[in-house]
Amino acid sequence: MAETSIETSEPTIDPESVIHDEPVARLVHPRAIRWMHWINVPLLFVMIWSGLRIYWAEDVYAFGIGSWQWFAFFPDAIYETFGLERRLARGMAFHFAFGWLFVLNGVAYAIYLAASREWRHIVPDRQSASEAKDVVLHDLHLRRQAPPQGKYNAAQRISYTVVLTMALVLVVSGFAIYKPTQLHPLPLLFGGYQGARLIHFTMTIGLLLFVVMHVIQVVRSGWGNFRSMVTGYVIERRSPRADDHREDAR
Amino acid sequence: MTPDPSERERELRAGLDDAPTIPVDEFRRRSRRSFLVGAASVGAAALGWNWLQAQPDVGGIPKPLRDTLELNEALWSRLSEQRSAPEFPRSKATPIRMNGRIGIRNEIDLDAWTVRVEGPDGGLLDQLDITAFEALPQREMIIEHKCIEGWSSIVHWGGVRFRDFHERYAARLGDVPYVSLETPDGLYYVGWDMASILHPQTMLVLRQGDEPLDQDHGAPLRLATPNKYGIKCLKRIGVIRYSRERPADYWAERSYDWYAGL
Repeated sequence: MAETSIETSEPTIDPESVIHDEPVARLVHPRAIRWMHWINVPLLFVMIWSGLRIYWAEDVYAFGIGSWQWFAFFPDAIYETFGLERRLARGMAFHFAFGWLFVLNGVAYAIYLAASREWRHIVPDRQSASEAKDVVLHDLHLRRQAPPQGKYNAAQRISYTVVLTMALVLVVSGFAIYKPTQLHPLPLLFGGYQGARLIHFTMTIGLLLFVVMHVIQVVRSGWGNFRSMVTGYVIERRSPRADDHREDAR
Repeated sequence: MTPDPSERERELRAGLDDAPTIPVDEFRRRSRRSFLVGAASVGAAALGWNWLQAQPDVGGIPKPLRDTLELNEALWSRLSEQRSAPEFPRSKATPIRMNGRIGIRNEIDLDAWTVRVEGPDGGLLDQLDITAFEALPQREMIIEHKCIEGWSSIVHWGGVRFRDFHERYAARLGDVPYVSLETPDGLYYVGWDMASILHPQTMLVLRQGDEPLDQDHGAPLRLATPNKYGIKCLKRIGVIRYSRERPADYWAERSYDWYAGL
């Protein structure tokens, strides 16, 4: 049975061919998502790098209590290492040129998510919070079974949604700082010009932390997962249960 | 009651199993191609980055970046021209910090100060002392002064709108597109387009709060606006020159945007 179906199966959909255990490659990340994801990497990097050159000129944010300062953004060594000192003007020139590309890529991504209805795989639903807790417990080896998931697990859905929201706030607060008069009263949304500056900075730190976590998780997930964001496909060996679902769905 | 996990899984995976599949050998071919395209893209991005850095500088930054700053200004001035910044109640104003001494390093004799007003042909239109500015309609504005470094402060300025001062010469000058302002020693100079300097919030300042300006803040006469960064707000004005060409600008020569508009 299995052998004959190999010989007779068409490359296109043949109900017989899905029964057996031959691995196939299934599309998980559409081409548009892949391009926009990877284009975003250097753009985000240039924006943060040029943004830090701007921040250097007035680096007032720090953690501490009273006069005791625990951590200042950023220690001088950071500025020296990355050559961020006395580069305010160049930083602004890069920021206000590449910013457009960052925004265009983001807008294209938002339109694509809406038009392809891909957003449904990302935006969490009511059960995502409790499932995300189970994902974390599973990741920490405190729970044997991972909760059910679609394209992304519940923790991914929540963190991707948070990071996309942060990116939106980042861009809007950036415009509020960039053109506070032209876009008045936009800065009021952030408590004024200095409020927008603080939120813009905070969102940047948030995005940086996400990038760190994201890279760690990608490394943990392994090569096949990384490759899927380059090629679009994952190799899957169909389990009987998945086939059952397929049958039920029809 | 918790939902049946398999039902939940089915809900989560809706549509996913209908995504197209390809045989594994076809996948290997495409995979190779994807990685090659990826590597080529990384190479192209690196080349583009190097190309950008290698472009000739205009005012201290590569030409494409300078062009983008100009394009940005064209875009924003088209989108919304002559909008005004918010003004604040008097109680919000604080003394503004002192930030930069270029052009005002040495104290001057305020009683001996005059300002030269020059026409676009270089001719002297006027040589005025402070009484000429005291005679014009006096205004107050409490605005947020924004430094290009990132700090800002709400400050109470008193003085004369530039547009009221300009009235004296408007008929004689006709259509002149730019104004240049310089410190008496010529070390600091800024260029303004006419639309921006005639904005009702562009002020020739004589007072901070109710006090006359001190020398640190540009006594006896400085420029102020909430609609451009502080780098455009020249202290201790020595020359006001109308110009047909875009005037030189101290900070635009040092990599900053010529307009520095907000």
